[in-house]
Amino acid sequence: MGAEGIEEVMRVTDSFVEVSERAIPRVPALRGRTVVSLFYEESTRTRLSFEMAAKRLSADTMNFSVSTSSAKKGESLRDTCQTIEAMGVDALVVRHSSAGVPWQVASWVGCSVINAGDGWHEHPTQALLDCYTIRDRRGSLEGLRIAVVGDVKHSRVARSDVLAFTMLGAEVTIVAPPTLLPPSLAGWPVEVSSELDSVLPKADVVYLLRMQAERQSEALLPSLREYTARYGLTRHRVDMLPDDALIMHPGPINRGVEIAADVADLPRSLITRQVANGVAVRMAVLFLLLGSEPRA
Amino acid sequence: MAERERAATPPYGGVFSARSQVMDAEDLRRAVTRIAHEIVERNHGLDGVVLIGLQTGGVPLGRRLAESLSRIEGVEVPSGSIDVALYRDDIGLRPVIPEAVTDLPFDLTGLTVVLVDDVLFTGRTVRAALDALNAYGRPRAVQLAVMVDRGHRELPIRPDFVGKNLPTRHDEIVDVRDDGVDVGEKRPPR
Repeated sequence: MGAEGIEEVMRVTDSFVEVSERAIPRVPALRGRTVVSLFYEESTRTRLSFEMAAKRLSADTMNFSVSTSSAKKGESLRDTCQTIEAMGVDALVVRHSSAGVPWQVASWVGCSVINAGDGWHEHPTQALLDCYTIRDRRGSLEGLRIAVVGDVKHSRVARSDVLAFTMLGAEVTIVAPPTLLPPSLAGWPVEVSSELDSVLPKADVVYLLRMQAERQSEALLPSLREYTARYGLTRHRVDMLPDDALIMHPGPINRGVEIAADVADLPRSLITRQVANGVAVRMAVLFLLLGSEPRA
Repeated sequence: MAERERAATPPYGGVFSARSQVMDAEDLRRAVTRIAHEIVERNHGLDGVVLIGLQTGGVPLGRRLAESLSRIEGVEVPSGSIDVALYRDDIGLRPVIPEAVTDLPFDLTGLTVVLVDDVLFTGRTVRAALDALNAYGRPRAVQLAVMVDRGHRELPIRPDFVGKNLPTRHDEIVDVRDDGVDVGEKRPPR
């Protein structure tokens, strides 16, 4: 998907934001279609967001969670997917802790497959909703300076966001301690800095990443307190930002680690706006995949 | 949805090529004025009347009707627009995509809605619009104004106000613009 594809999703999202704002936020567009979420990794907002998006389009939804399924009995991913597809499913929403699983699943099944996050690799719908949220406030991403701050190494959100932001013409600076940078940044169209305080005064958007404690297998940081001292967005650091700069975070937030508790609730913090837009963006993605093309 | 949009915009493919003009700018202006008078007459004034243009072809026509109505009666008629793509019955049969954002800044309950579109053909767009209106309240009545009724109805739907009745072949295209109405064919994309 190129810049044009992203623009198309965002244009269609405008219609679904309008639907979401109605007293009865539901349209019959995907009546009779079935969307299954297949989550091999825990999630609150992405799973609920996809489910709500599908329901607002009148599609039927089913949930698969590993802990209560035959995966516990040792059924392989491939057999699981093919079993679900055989029931007559139109789209699989897949999250997995290994990179490339959604792509692999897509090669096994004939229905649409949507990547809802794969390992450290990508989280495309998050990037789309982030682009939409910025565009909604600023009109466009062209020429905006966006600082992506934190645990880039383990972040699929960072990978997808950097791709999408730069595709739409933003200048991205990655800010992280060297231990939390990916092994190689070759080919990333970004600036890199380890000094948050020098980046903030020029930033239009500060995009904070979650400290991923569950993916920290080795000692990459002396302590969380030290991380907060150098990279946490505190009230003091917010004052260094330009007046109209925006604060974003993909959630779930660690209050007091990457973002101070009161900063998350400032008017310029778009964290809940991101969640609301997420539903509309996923409605657009589902409709474009299942509704806008003739059924095979 | 406008014939022209369906014929010419990228997801639908094809290019409209005009063969003959059936209304010029003056004809169009007179038809708009007459329809406006008919709306006032039918509703005994404009109390509780709102205009809703169907995206995309009905929107400019709805705007012209609103201007004409305010000249005749000296009051502003509330106007909105509606995109019915998500209510169509041919989703999955042909490419369908929302063309514009619905803009209905009022509750329709108890009002008389005049739906406005440029061309009335199979009636399926109007059916989708009637379905979509439900999401915004329960109107007292719904009336339909179109610039061109070209026949070939597939549903029991009839217009209340018509600019011109125009017999057509099923495969012809009727193109309504601000400055006139053309009939022609759709050519496949190069």
